[in-house]
Amino acid sequence: MSNYEIYLAIAIMTIVNYFTRFFPFLFFRKNEVPFYILYIEKYFPPIIMSILIFYTLKDIDFSIQPYGLKEISGIIFTAVLHLSFKNYLISIFAGTIFYMGLVQYL
Amino acid sequence: MKYKNELKKAFQVSIPVMMGYCVLGFAFGLLLVSFEYPWYLAPIMSLFIYAGALQFVAINFFNAKAGMIDIAIASWFINIRQSFYGLSLLKRFKDTGKFKVYLIFGLTDETYALLTTIKDDESLNKRWYYFFLTALNQSYWFIGSTLGAIIGSNINFNTVGLEFSLTALFVVLCIEQYKNLRNFVPFVIGAVASIFALIFIPSDKMLIVSIIIALILMFTFKKRVENE
Repeated sequence: MSNYEIYLAIAIMTIVNYFTRFFPFLFFRKNEVPFYILYIEKYFPPIIMSILIFYTLKDIDFSIQPYGLKEISGIIFTAVLHLSFKNYLISIFAGTIFYMGLVQYL
Repeated sequence: MKYKNELKKAFQVSIPVMMGYCVLGFAFGLLLVSFEYPWYLAPIMSLFIYAGALQFVAINFFNAKAGMIDIAIASWFINIRQSFYGLSLLKRFKDTGKFKVYLIFGLTDETYALLTTIKDDESLNKRWYYFFLTALNQSYWFIGSTLGAIIGSNINFNTVGLEFSLTALFVVLCIEQYKNLRNFVPFVIGAVASIFALIFIPSDKMLIVSIIIALILMFTFKKRVENE
């Protein structure tokens, strides 16, 4: 992106982010919240988190060696750490260092 | 200072967030400059956008030269969970006057968690207390990301693979979501939508197409999702 586009993108994200946080204060002061909004609220966050995992891997080619095995190992390693220590800093940092080790030394 | 007690109390409550935001912000700054972007984008983004996951994903948007409309829609859905935080705070924020605009802006996951768990102390001025809490949290994120960006652009080390921190962040968030929900169906919908988009859609449109497919799937299989 050019500099101009980067600043434009930052401005857009700022506005959209503010809008998402302001949303209930704008629309649901008195009215009932419609059922489909409640439904999205409850179930969309886990959906978008799973999508984002795949999104971060979109440039990995799973059809050629090593078939994305480094990424899959990194994910499993991170998940196991998180399930055992329940500390997101440990999981993210150790997981990233583990993956960096795999791509830099293997 | 007139509101010293409020500041003191807010600082005590915010200490756990300080750890998290400094470290995670540092990682964000480091990742940003590893793609040769200028360091000062980190403080600018942390000041104006101030949303962890979105700022990380923003680096991908820059790299992929994503379209502005795609960025707007994707940002909205990435942060959609925060659209509902306000619902439980409508009452709490009622008498916060001119601070309200900033308090709403600063409603990150962690600030929300603090604001909904702390008990109101009658001796404290509520609006200043909330304000300090929100501002302290943002300052940790701001300082962490700025330091990460400055240090990252001055120290040379091999950053290959550093982008995995974003994947790791979402793996962790996914696990946390599962713990709350105890329901596999939304994760299956997310995975199916993404894999379809990965295979059939050019990678720069992958996120937006996945979101649309997932929305269609979640309403098509509404009963299935809710009955799990």
